[in-house]
Amino acid sequence: MRRFDRRTLLRGTLVGGAVSMGLPLLDSFLNDNATALAQGAPLPVRFGAWMWGCGMNPGRWNPTTEGVGYDLPIELQALDRELATGTKLRDHVSILSDFDVKLDGRPNFPHTAGLMGTLTGSLPLQDYTVPAPTLDAIIAAQIGGLTRFRSLEMSCTGNPNQSYSFESQGVFNAPEISPMALYTRVFGPEFADPNAGPFTPDPRLMLRQSVLSAVKDDRDRLFQRVGTHDKQRLDQYFTSVRQLEQQIAILLEGPPDLQSCSKAPAPGAESLGTEVEQSVSTNRLMADLLSFALACDQTRVFSMMFSDRISGLRQAGSSAQHHQLTHDEPLDPAIGYQPEATEFVFICMEAWADFVERLAAVPEGDGTLLDNCLVFGHSDISLAKIHGITGIPMMIAGAAGGTLRPGVHVRGHTSPTTRVGLTIQQAMGLNTESFGTQSMEATQPVSEIVA
Amino acid sequence: MHHNQYTVTRVLGIGGLLLVALAGCNGSGGSPPVVEVDAGSVALRRLTTEQFTRSIHDVLGAHITVPSRIDPDDRRAGLLAVGASFASVTPSGLEKYEAAATAAAEQALDPTHRDDLVQCQPASVTSSDEECARAFVERVGRRLFRRSLTEEEASARVAIANEAANTLNDFYAGLELVLTSVLASPEFLFRVEEAEPDPSNPSRMRVTSASMASRLSYLLWNTTPDDDLLTAAENGDLVDEAGLAEQVERLLASPKLETGIRSIFSDLYDFKQFDDGLVRKDNALFPVYTQALVEEAKEQTLRTIVAHLGADKDYRDLFTTSESFLTRRLGVAYRVPVTTANGWEPYVFSEDARREGLLSHISFNALYSHPGRSSATLRGKFVREVLLCQDIPTPPANVDFSIVEDTMGELRTARERLEQHVTNDACAGCHTLTDPIGLALESFDAIGMLRDEENGVPIDTSGELDGVTYEDAAGMGRALRDHPALGPCLVRSLYRYAVGRDTEAGEQALLTFLNDRFARSEYRVRELMREVVLSDGFRTTSGPREAAATGDES
Repeated sequence: MRRFDRRTLLRGTLVGGAVSMGLPLLDSFLNDNATALAQGAPLPVRFGAWMWGCGMNPGRWNPTTEGVGYDLPIELQALDRELATGTKLRDHVSILSDFDVKLDGRPNFPHTAGLMGTLTGSLPLQDYTVPAPTLDAIIAAQIGGLTRFRSLEMSCTGNPNQSYSFESQGVFNAPEISPMALYTRVFGPEFADPNAGPFTPDPRLMLRQSVLSAVKDDRDRLFQRVGTHDKQRLDQYFTSVRQLEQQIAILLEGPPDLQSCSKAPAPGAESLGTEVEQSVSTNRLMADLLSFALACDQTRVFSMMFSDRISGLRQAGSSAQHHQLTHDEPLDPAIGYQPEATEFVFICMEAWADFVERLAAVPEGDGTLLDNCLVFGHSDISLAKIHGITGIPMMIAGAAGGTLRPGVHVRGHTSPTTRVGLTIQQAMGLNTESFGTQSMEATQPVSEIVA
Repeated sequence: MHHNQYTVTRVLGIGGLLLVALAGCNGSGGSPPVVEVDAGSVALRRLTTEQFTRSIHDVLGAHITVPSRIDPDDRRAGLLAVGASFASVTPSGLEKYEAAATAAAEQALDPTHRDDLVQCQPASVTSSDEECARAFVERVGRRLFRRSLTEEEASARVAIANEAANTLNDFYAGLELVLTSVLASPEFLFRVEEAEPDPSNPSRMRVTSASMASRLSYLLWNTTPDDDLLTAAENGDLVDEAGLAEQVERLLASPKLETGIRSIFSDLYDFKQFDDGLVRKDNALFPVYTQALVEEAKEQTLRTIVAHLGADKDYRDLFTTSESFLTRRLGVAYRVPVTTANGWEPYVFSEDARREGLLSHISFNALYSHPGRSSATLRGKFVREVLLCQDIPTPPANVDFSIVEDTMGELRTARERLEQHVTNDACAGCHTLTDPIGLALESFDAIGMLRDEENGVPIDTSGELDGVTYEDAAGMGRALRDHPALGPCLVRSLYRYAVGRDTEAGEQALLTFLNDRFARSEYRVRELMREVVLSDGFRTTSGPREAAATGDES
């Protein structure tokens, strides 16, 4: 839309009529001091999920010692990194081993049952179905309305049609697959840069308000013409309209008032796909952009799919993919694992370390951005060769604003993975007493990691 | 399964009779065919990415660049057309739709194109013009909403245009704002399918004349209805036997039918993966393979299908035909000479080329392969599920791959590797269904180039398809061509595509009838499309879908 002179537009607005905004918004627009976050308010706490596919080798991944300062088995060596702050990455990451997904007699749909059990607390009755909202969507429903973006979904697989962020079976949040597209979405022309001098609201935002207002006028007429299932679908549409109105209202309020906030630089060259170098590079570029987006409080909920549950990761020049190798590659009897498939476990853990390290590199308050995050790293499975759903590998990075104790290894003793989901929800401030259904119903949070 | 509020039973009447005449069948004599149909429900259908783009191009101008990354299409039960009946719009999806609407409206009304689109001159370009704005809103709104706007809807939008024009001192800025709101509206993004009691038999629900216009247009042309069709809808012609037949003949005779056919087969074969850039191959292993090559490979297959079916040839012969189209780039991959330097030429493969039937095309073999190697299982699964409509169960729950571990030394060919699956009972159930078909295609590598050996071992392409043995891919193609399930499977797929959902028990008799008609027409797809749209399965319904079904029931 072409640029319009702000004063002209404002005059039109004040004359009233269709191109007008709601009065409270107009107030904030006219108030130059209005800010997204008042001075002195506590720093926001953010939740994110980071997923890799095809699990690990339990005997080589699970630490043998519990508590703080746990040992780092070979497949967790990526956590041995030293951070700029002088601490080890391990001290910021809790390991949750020996937590299971329980089937209650339902089928173990390969790569689906473990993932959905952990993320939704329920087991699917059919393959490729989503029984309930995923953790990120549950949390976004509570806190997503406070920020410009309800949530940001990302993927390093190059596939725009796949994420594990679901509101329901029919409503999935599509991922950003391109760092440049993510950059444009968050830091494009609409972004109010706190370091760019006096704030002038973009008049186009007000035109967008009136477009959305017109769209809402169709609601009642449309509802009279459709059945109950379609009403649910349209409700979702109009919920999205309200979210977009919220987004515009926040943009009109001006730049974020957060000390660590600055506009991200444009990302470097990108190459999308599932070759290891591509996915690793995309993960780094996205983590970089995300750290800026979080520091500017553009969202408080995110998810990242590093590799899919049917992992297509592969080395350039090789005919084999990670998932395929976990099934086809012979177990080497001398060492007790699949050597080629296991190379991908190392790659995934290094990528996880890259991601977390990036968040720990941003100073915020008295510590770092990571201290005010809760990043849930998990896979869909433990040992892929047997589609194991006992001992699903799970990790939590960050202290969630001081709510959690980081850097602890806790054994679940076969209790359900939903205990971790419950702990996460409570740490994120949700008033939740239980999570999951049937044997997956958890009422006891993992107290060992609660501060 | 969901509950139908109404039970609709109707005897196929004039539509069926008309078909007999049009199809030129000499008929079996006696009474008209009698088919009882309890048609399933109707639902909102979200425009697919392709429909969104085509509708904008048709109404607002072909010069418009529509952003390709909007909310992803939902593919269910093997079709985007079914997923569209379940898809909603998420917050991030709406962000993208709104941005696309803004971009399209701006381009539609840019100074070089606005006169063509608006078709009236405002009294002043710096202020509102009620009359011209109303004419624009009513004409363009009707095409985009696929029905005339109500007085209330039109007036509300004219008021927005006027207000914005006066505020911004720009008549066209007002129109731009209104057009954006129309393109972001649920009335545009979703096709509303409505039902009403049939006055001649109030116990039965029929699809309204207005909804029929969209059903017909998106099925046969995959775009928004044209003015003639909307006028016919508004006159009630599309719930009238003769009126419907007249419009159906017009749509079927149009060159735009080609678009409809392309879209049907693209959806069925999941060719959107090419558009999404998801058919990737390893550069080192397959240096010939580029995104440009694979896009042309997709186009080659679609051109072959459209030319073949457009000429009313037997659908089954698609799986044996050597006639196709090539570019010079494709010629390199096929290792055949192509004389045309730029663009396409019709091409007939010689027998030596070993390219008989669609399944020998690069497109299928690249799509149903891994990035680094071919997959007999994926290819076989595609033939069973998509071409023959046979269910392949998902891999057994708790499958433990230790059982197919290599204990015999190096396995050099796909056949050797897959035989491991077949010797195990848990795996054999599916792999005996998929693998023999796929192994016949092993003479095509992961990008569809010919090969005779894998790892130095000659490839054995022999096998059997449901009792018919063959020696190679061409033989498998012939066995597929004569397979009794091939025709009925297309009938079922086309029907599902047309109604946007899986078939239901009450539609079984109709499918049987359509199978018979398709066979009698010697498998002419244009005839099948006519039969489907004139059937009561397409024209009646149990009513709006009430339950939040998952789309997987069948």
